Amino acid sequence: MKASLHHARYVITENPVTLFAFGLLVLIVLVALLGPWIAPYDPLTTNTVRKLEPPSRAHWFGTDQLGRDMLSRVLVATRLDLIIAIGAVGLSFLVGTAAGACAGFFGGWTDRIVSRLSDAIMAFPLFVLAMAIVAALGNSIGNVILATAIINLPFYARMARAEVNVRRESGYVEAARLSGNSAGRALAFHVVPNAMPPMMVQVSLNLGWAMLNAAGLSFIGLGIRPPTPEWGILVAEGASFILSGEWWIALFPGLALMVAVFCFNLLGDGLRDIIDPRRRT
Amino acid sequence: MRGSLFRLVGKRFAAALPALVAVVVVTFLLMRAMPGDPAAYFAGLSATKEAIEEIRKKLGLDRSLPEQFVFYIRDLARGDLGQSVTTGQPVTTEIATRLPASLELTLFALVLALAVALPLGVLAATRPGSWVDHLSRVLTTTGVSLPTFFTGLLLIYVFYYLLGWAPAPLGRLDSVWSPPARATGFYVIDSLLAGDPALAWACAKQLVLPAITMALFVMAPIARMTRASMLGALGSDFIRTARASGLTRATVLYRYAFRNAMLPVVTTLGMVFSFMLGANVLVEKVFAWPGIGSFALDALVASDYAPVQGFVLTMASIYVLLNLTIDILYGLIDPRVRIEA
Amino acid sequence: MLERGEIPLLSIDDLSVEFRTRDGIVKALEGVTFNVRKGETVGVVGESGSGKSVTALAVLGLLPAAARVTTGTAVFGGLDLLHATSRQLEECRGREVSMIFQNPRTALNPIRTVGQQIVDVLERHANVLGVDATGRGKHVRARAVELLARVKIPDPERRFGAYPFELSGGMCQRVMIALALACSPSLLIADEPTTGIDVTTQAAILDLLRELGSRGNMATVLITHDLGVVAERCDRIVVMHAGHVVETAPAGELFARPRHPYTRRLIASTPRPGAKLADLMPIPGSVPDLRRTLPPCRYRSRCERALPECDTAPLPRLEVAALHRVACHHPLEDATAA
Repeated sequence: MKASLHHARYVITENPVTLFAFGLLVLIVLVALLGPWIAPYDPLTTNTVRKLEPPSRAHWFGTDQLGRDMLSRVLVATRLDLIIAIGAVGLSFLVGTAAGACAGFFGGWTDRIVSRLSDAIMAFPLFVLAMAIVAALGNSIGNVILATAIINLPFYARMARAEVNVRRESGYVEAARLSGNSAGRALAFHVVPNAMPPMMVQVSLNLGWAMLNAAGLSFIGLGIRPPTPEWGILVAEGASFILSGEWWIALFPGLALMVAVFCFNLLGDGLRDIIDPRRRT
Repeated sequence: MRGSLFRLVGKRFAAALPALVAVVVVTFLLMRAMPGDPAAYFAGLSATKEAIEEIRKKLGLDRSLPEQFVFYIRDLARGDLGQSVTTGQPVTTEIATRLPASLELTLFALVLALAVALPLGVLAATRPGSWVDHLSRVLTTTGVSLPTFFTGLLLIYVFYYLLGWAPAPLGRLDSVWSPPARATGFYVIDSLLAGDPALAWACAKQLVLPAITMALFVMAPIARMTRASMLGALGSDFIRTARASGLTRATVLYRYAFRNAMLPVVTTLGMVFSFMLGANVLVEKVFAWPGIGSFALDALVASDYAPVQGFVLTMASIYVLLNLTIDILYGLIDPRVRIEA
Repeated sequence: MLERGEIPLLSIDDLSVEFRTRDGIVKALEGVTFNVRKGETVGVVGESGSGKSVTALAVLGLLPAAARVTTGTAVFGGLDLLHATSRQLEECRGREVSMIFQNPRTALNPIRTVGQQIVDVLERHANVLGVDATGRGKHVRARAVELLARVKIPDPERRFGAYPFELSGGMCQRVMIALALACSPSLLIADEPTTGIDVTTQAAILDLLRELGSRGNMATVLITHDLGVVAERCDRIVVMHAGHVVETAPAGELFARPRHPYTRRLIASTPRPGAKLADLMPIPGSVPDLRRTLPPCRYRSRCERALPECDTAPLPRLEVAALHRVACHHPLEDATAA
């Protein structure tokens, strides 16, 4: 464990791009945690006197059509977007990995059921399915997280199933069982931990994608509703002003979204290089 | 070859059926899972109590769930997707009218993405370390980070507002023109068929920005996969044999390496289509494109649920068909899949 | 036997190749020199890593991008292949010089029928084969089927439309031979042609090569790590070690009177009928690490006969008998193999 941490630190420092992504991640998390406190204005307070002002010293990101400070809105929205992404990916990771691991380990009916469910989800274009789920269950943050988690399930289930299948017959599993561990324990404490590293790569890449998904949903008005600040909603609100040239309302939240997703993707690529340098693209 | 081809199509078709079943069942369950009274949703917000009861009987919502499912299947088999409350038209008619718009956009975007990403990937593989290689790498890393709706807005701002090169993003055709006679539903093709190249050009101009927006996101995985599989193919044993036989560089590259490299790329197309059919909705909203995505969105806002259900069913069915096509295409290229060895 | 003044078909002179690797420059080949005459069969033997394949790939210009030819010439029919344009090389490959590889299954295009692959080669060199354009399709196809028959593939008409994965390893190797011989080249290089094929088929493949070689008056370079293979099938033998040619001699002469310590060890470690397993003597040490700087003689670390000058003086090329050359400061005495 210590050796792999040491190795990870070595590779992170070796590769400046990954280091940069890591630093960016820390920054994003800090903004998410401290958002309301570091925002210069209250994101919800309207001030129609100063509406539609371009970026200035007083308002770094300008103001929107209701006079709200864009910088504050973008900063505060970080927390919500991050929560949704982490929540969705966390949920689908836990459930998907558990389901996939059981399917790979026990085979038979477990395998068949998990595979059929996965296939049913993957029969849909994923964003369309997310739309349908949120439309059916109602607009709430929880449903957005649930929908995003559901469409991500098959990736984790498949990956876990494959990794577990590969390791199922390996020596240390036999050893664990021989020394008295039940099948479940062998699975949980021996097989799954070894399958972790490649799945971590998937998690990082998925975080970016989950964020895009959630923002897309709120852009079209599903899930999170205004005036809650969320990057997708902010871009949607700014969309109508692009045609009249007020670019800053949509640009800054869009950029924030891009940067966050980019950061997760870089991190995922960097992790992939650590885990398996052969698969470097 | 022909016998194995029929067998391949048959097998793939059979494999696609469960997906179709899953789509129908899941959509049914989702629409019934709505909180509140589904009949009220389908009847519309301003419906009277009698209207709601009528809808309830018509959709069989007063029956048990299995019976409802039978009604649902029966309606689907008849092509009855219900009625749109906001437009008063049958959903099937609305979708049939608007589907070509979405398809034209998606097809154009796909062709564009392939036209850029495939050569980029091939060049990046054959000229490692060159500027093409670096460009491809930049595209691959940043492309997947771009939120599609944001990209669309950016493109509109730069190319319409600032530069004035692109037309106003107000739909398929500027209001000064009238759409061509409907043959395929694809405006560009129909204009050409009607012998009106000026109209075709006007329609094409409207297509450019939305198509680029949709294409940008998928260029990245296509280019990445093309480059990776070309590199793999070029380094393989059979390429060495081909070169040792004196085959020209062009033959080796295209007839031998490229065809082999396309196999993983074809598989990637599945993911590409999944994205594109979803991104349709976002792009149609940004560019006011009158396809089935914006139709569903308008209905959603008005709590008009039959169109939403129809939209989900349509998109998912198209996706199943596209995946089937990809599977068959793969079998055409790779004989190992076609022939039981 | 070569008469004075007769020009060899292929003349490799002082060929050196280096590879750029993550650990530095590897001098894979150094000063490789040998000839191949018209119609003769030359065996190139040595352990894995001795540079046999690299030599062949270098001659045909098929080295990977990380490799570089630093010195040397490889003259074939008046053309120095190492300094030829890619156009000239493309004309020459398959037409005048052909090569077949090990692991025949992976060496053929998996998604193209074997017949079509032969047709590709025939059409490529059609300009020289005198095949006219009219009716070319049928003529070329017939010729491909004829080639499949010539390499003794049963039912060649049907096998034309087969894919490599449908054929056994031995059959794939025959297809590769058909590919290589399609344009009747004057030189065939066979790089470990029997690796990846079952033992019973190996002999058949080698016999086929010998028969086709003598029929077409085609010279063959047979690259292998197996001395037993070259013993009875080659006119002359080139022994390589760690990127050097250490000894060249006619086959019988080499086995009767090996002069390089390595050759003697190689012969002694080769299984032969009648000998017990215990009689086999392994060669001490292992192939030196080519990333380090090495003494002029790369066998030095494994040699029991080393003299002080072996560490410093450049390798000589001594002609110890007719057509028998040794690169050694202290060659074995003229005695029979131990």
